[in-house]
Amino acid sequence: MSQAVAQAIKSRLGHAATVIETFRGDDRVIVDASQWRRTAELLKTDPEFDMDHFLELTAVDYLEREPEVPRFDVVLIVRSNKSNQRVILKTRVRETEELDSLVSVWVGANWAEREIFDMFGIRFREHPDLRRILMYPEFEGYPLRKDYPIDKTQPLIEYRQVEGTSKLPPFGKEEGQPWTRIDWQARLAGEDLQVSPAISLQQGQRKALSESE
Amino acid sequence: MGNLRVVKDGDSGFATTRFDALLGWARKYSLFQYPFVTACCGMEFMAVASPRYDVARFGAEAPRFSPRQADLLWVVGTISQRQAPVLRRIYEQMADPKWVIAFGTCAACGGFYDNYTTVAGIDKIIPVDVYIPGCPPRPEAVLDGLILLQEKITKGGLEPMSVPPKELPSLMQIRSRQDSLRLKENV
Repeated sequence: MSQAVAQAIKSRLGHAATVIETFRGDDRVIVDASQWRRTAELLKTDPEFDMDHFLELTAVDYLEREPEVPRFDVVLIVRSNKSNQRVILKTRVRETEELDSLVSVWVGANWAEREIFDMFGIRFREHPDLRRILMYPEFEGYPLRKDYPIDKTQPLIEYRQVEGTSKLPPFGKEEGQPWTRIDWQARLAGEDLQVSPAISLQQGQRKALSESE
Repeated sequence: MGNLRVVKDGDSGFATTRFDALLGWARKYSLFQYPFVTACCGMEFMAVASPRYDVARFGAEAPRFSPRQADLLWVVGTISQRQAPVLRRIYEQMADPKWVIAFGTCAACGGFYDNYTTVAGIDKIIPVDVYIPGCPPRPEAVLDGLILLQEKITKGGLEPMSVPPKELPSLMQIRSRQDSLRLKENV
C-alpha cells in the first residue's frame, strides 16, 4: 500500500528510521525520538510525501517490556490527500522523557497531545497549552497507564452517607448493587452474591423464578 | 379541617389532611421536569416525550431548564466524576418539594461502567425517588416509573422505589406470536 512511502522515509532518514513493519496493508516506520519533529516536518512539507491530513496521535503503554526499552510508543497516523497514501509513524518514549510537540506542523495535534499527556503523562516540549483535557485538574495519576488501577475513583465531592444499611432501598438484602466497592475476585469465585440472575442461579444462590410461583 | 391521618412510613411521620391530598394531586399531575441529560438515554427520553409514547398525557411534558423553576429532576445518562459537583449543585438549587428520577442503569447504579470516571449510581450524590433500570429503558418502563412517582407523591413518604421488570401481558404475547407466524408465511 504505502510501502513506497515507508521506504522513501527510510531512505531519507537513514539510521534514524529503525524498523519498518507491515500489517494488513498499513506500513509503520519507527523513528528515534530525537528525529520526531524533523520527520514530521519532512512528511508535511516535502512534495514527495505531502501529508497534510493529520489523522491520529496516540500512545500505547507496554508495561511488560524490558526495563532498558522505553515504555511508551507514541503513534502518529497521517495521510496525503493528493496521493491518498497513509503512513504510521512510531517512536519510543521513556516515562520521564519529553517529546517534541507536533503542533507547529499540524494544528490538529494540539488536543491529541493534551490527551496523551492526560492519560499517559508524556510531556511535549513547546506545546502551547499542555494541560489535562478529559480528567479534571484535581485528578492525580495517569489513568490509561497499565499500572493505574482501573476502578480507582477520585471523587470530587463526598459520597452520601446513608446510615443503617449496606444496600440502598428499594433493594432488599439479597438483591441490588452493594453500596461499597464490589469484590470482583470473590464474585468470580462464587463467594460473593451474584447480581446477575443467570449466574446466581448457576451458583445455587437463588431459586429460579419459575419454581417459586 | 377535615380528617387528620398520621401515616408512618419507616422513620418519617406524616400528617395528611384533605388539603395535603389536594396539593399532592396538583403536584403529581403538573410536574415540571428538569431533564439532566448526559448520554444515550437522552434519545429514549426524547422518544418518551414525542407523540407515540406521550408523556404529556401525564402532565409532565413541560421541561424547565432552570432548576429554580423545576420540581422533577430527571437524571438521564451516565454521570462522570467530573460532572458530579454540577449535579449536586443543580439538585441543591431546586426548591422543595422536589423529586429525582434515575433514568437508565448508568444513573441508577453505574451501568456497565466500573472505572475511574463513572459515579456508580447517582444515589451516591443525591437522594433518588424512582429508579428506572434499562439500557436504555423502554418508553413504557419510563412511563411506569413516572406513574410510580405519581403514586409516591400521592401517598407521601420518602422511600425510593424502582420499576420492576415486567412480563408481556398475555394478549400481547398472543399478538406477537401471530405476527411472527404471519411473517414466516410471507417469507
